[in-house]
Amino acid sequence: MTNSVPEIGQYSDVIFIIGSNTAECHPLIARQVIKAKERGAKLIVADPRLTEMANKADIWLRVPAGYNISLINGLLHIIVKENLYNSDFVQNHAEGFDEVARAVEDYTPAYVEKLTGIPQQDLVEAARFFGRAKNATILYCMGVTQFSYGTGNVVSLSNLAVVTGNMGRPGTGVNPLRGQNNVQGACDMGCLSNVLPGYLAVTDEKNRARFEKEWHVRLPSKPGLRIPEIGDAILNGRVRAAYVFGENPVMSDPDSSHLRHAFEHLDLLVVQDIFLTETARLAHVVLPAACWGEKEGTFTNTERRVQRVRKAVNPPGEARDDWWIFSALAQKMDYGRMNYLHPQEIWDEVRRLVPEKFGGISYDRLEKARGISWPCPAEDHPGTPFLYEGGKFATASGKANLRPVFFDPTRLPEEKVKQFKHALAGKITELPDEEYPFTLTTGRRGYHYHTGTMTRKSWPITQVTPQQLIEINPRDARKLGIEDGDFVKLSTRRGSIAAKAWVTERVPEKTVFTSFHFWEANVNELTINSTDPVACIPEFKVAAAKVEKITPAEFQAILQEKKKKYLVDLEEEVAGQSKSGRREAHV
Amino acid sequence: MVSCSEKGRTERVLTVCPYCGTGCGLYLVVEDGRITGVEPDSLHPVNEGELCIKGYFGYQYIEDDRRLRSPLIKKDGKFTPVSWDEALNFAAARLAKIKQESGPDAFALFASARATNEENYVAQKFARAVMGTNNVDHCARL
Ligand code: SF4
Ligand code: SF4
Repeated sequence: MTNSVPEIGQYSDVIFIIGSNTAECHPLIARQVIKAKERGAKLIVADPRLTEMANKADIWLRVPAGYNISLINGLLHIIVKENLYNSDFVQNHAEGFDEVARAVEDYTPAYVEKLTGIPQQDLVEAARFFGRAKNATILYCMGVTQFSYGTGNVVSLSNLAVVTGNMGRPGTGVNPLRGQNNVQGACDMGCLSNVLPGYLAVTDEKNRARFEKEWHVRLPSKPGLRIPEIGDAILNGRVRAAYVFGENPVMSDPDSSHLRHAFEHLDLLVVQDIFLTETARLAHVVLPAACWGEKEGTFTNTERRVQRVRKAVNPPGEARDDWWIFSALAQKMDYGRMNYLHPQEIWDEVRRLVPEKFGGISYDRLEKARGISWPCPAEDHPGTPFLYEGGKFATASGKANLRPVFFDPTRLPEEKVKQFKHALAGKITELPDEEYPFTLTTGRRGYHYHTGTMTRKSWPITQVTPQQLIEINPRDARKLGIEDGDFVKLSTRRGSIAAKAWVTERVPEKTVFTSFHFWEANVNELTINSTDPVACIPEFKVAAAKVEKITPAEFQAILQEKKKKYLVDLEEEVAGQSKSGRREAHV
Repeated sequence: MVSCSEKGRTERVLTVCPYCGTGCGLYLVVEDGRITGVEPDSLHPVNEGELCIKGYFGYQYIEDDRRLRSPLIKKDGKFTPVSWDEALNFAAARLAKIKQESGPDAFALFASARATNEENYVAQKFARAVMGTNNVDHCARL
């Protein structure tokens, strides 16, 4: 996020939420939004589904899955036409305004209504709210990024924020709500194939030299494979060994049957986790890890706030901290620079290597503070709750770069792109057709989390959300003879799953929605592995699908098949082998 | 620093919720070496004394019977509990062999958005410094 969460409750007077089911996925950020509303702030929500947030909105823009760019260009069109942009900010702190203004000329309210079905009045009203706001903030999530043109979506949102001058002050900004507790930290620590810790490109010799000095090795200069590319790399023999820790890619990755199949071809699969996950069941070696509550360290939340996590209890049996396992393995492989005794030593190494971002964030300071947001270069630096103060951006010129973005559902608007400098464009990879007439879109449920490894082991959570449901609009259901609670089979070109139907207005016509929390019906067997060329993020949010009603007997048959496929019985079997030794202290 | 609790004592250990990226502050209530509950941190600027259902109840997996408690090696298609030494020797030998035969880029590491900063740092260091490859990535794209 460019800005911190408490600023929303305190300063924002217009909040634009797009592609984020905030109330279910980030409930305590939603609470700040409600706090702002109680102060009189206006809420605009763009989402194909009638989420709880959409329900609370002053204006709900029911944008069809995949059409964000048309909507945002439409808002920009009105803001430019009605002179609601911040000319001062645009002149002094941005480059490329004229190009963007020209690019959105075609996106009149009438044209956007034709493309998306959003009523013209609503669009105009939303643009006026946003353009006239003192402090407008944009919150977005995977409904913006999980497309083959996710980068285009994000760029068009930052166009909107910069053009209206909503950057570099409290309560403004472009704010991705990061899904997992430490996805921000994993990126910051260099768990990306093109950058070292601190986002230092591996291709730059100076960056490598910094780490080579401390690590005493020569480092590779070629960027590595990205997760969506690994399946193919295994199948064509380039990758022979994989190491997975604390992830369950067999459930969470797009077109997961393909990846599963690839994993079965590995010469070595090491899985380090706290349960025998669907992925671990395929491993050659499984290493038991300590989990949250059993170890010391830090997490970095979506606001870049580094916070201490602490140990409360001992891990079970022989389970060990992940850092201990990697260090021990490194020593077995004769690497001598990873002999750590405590996470604090590791964190101090990070601070030493990337002082410009983390230098001032010591364990000592974290003892007292409720986290510190990086960049924080020195011990007496307070941290940085919001970025780009005074409109100074992290570009060569210090100005924000505005770039035109185009979208056409059916084909890339290439001629358009040619008429502009630095334009971006997107199209939907797989549109509905006669055979697969629905748009399938995916996400999470409020009470569960991702692949369910953790939440499905909590009884209060399992009680309120015990099973997979497939959301379908009542008009579509009627046409297919489906009633609420009937079993349905949902298929795409990549596979099928079966679950109960939830007949609801939450989804628009011709759209179905479901989650990836349940192996019984894992929607990622259906999603498409078509990725964004810049960020390599897969298109989870749109695929063409068909829905059929099935009998309870057919449902049972599919369930048995999945049970075999995910080796479900193995988890209980292995747990049974080693019941003794619960929570013994270890040294 | 608060450490493990001892018998017969109740302690509250300040930490951060392990679920979504909001990063709410909370206390783990520990009795006799076991977690018995969760209390929100009222001084945390983001959650200001509140939590959602995942924060309140999501910790139960820690005590679940199905937790892995021993390293396992698949022998003849069956998982067999082994010592740390055996498991690490097995992995180290195979990794070294594959690296020697097919080069560093025959290895790929999937890091974790659930683990700590320190663990992710050490993981990528393992891939880059020990294995010699930039094939390290995680679910930020997913
Ligand atoms: S899986 Fe996706 S939503 Fe979840 S943390 Fe990773 S990137 Fe975010
Ligand atoms: S309590 Fe809920 S909102 Fe807060 S971090 Fe945990 S899961 Fe997220």
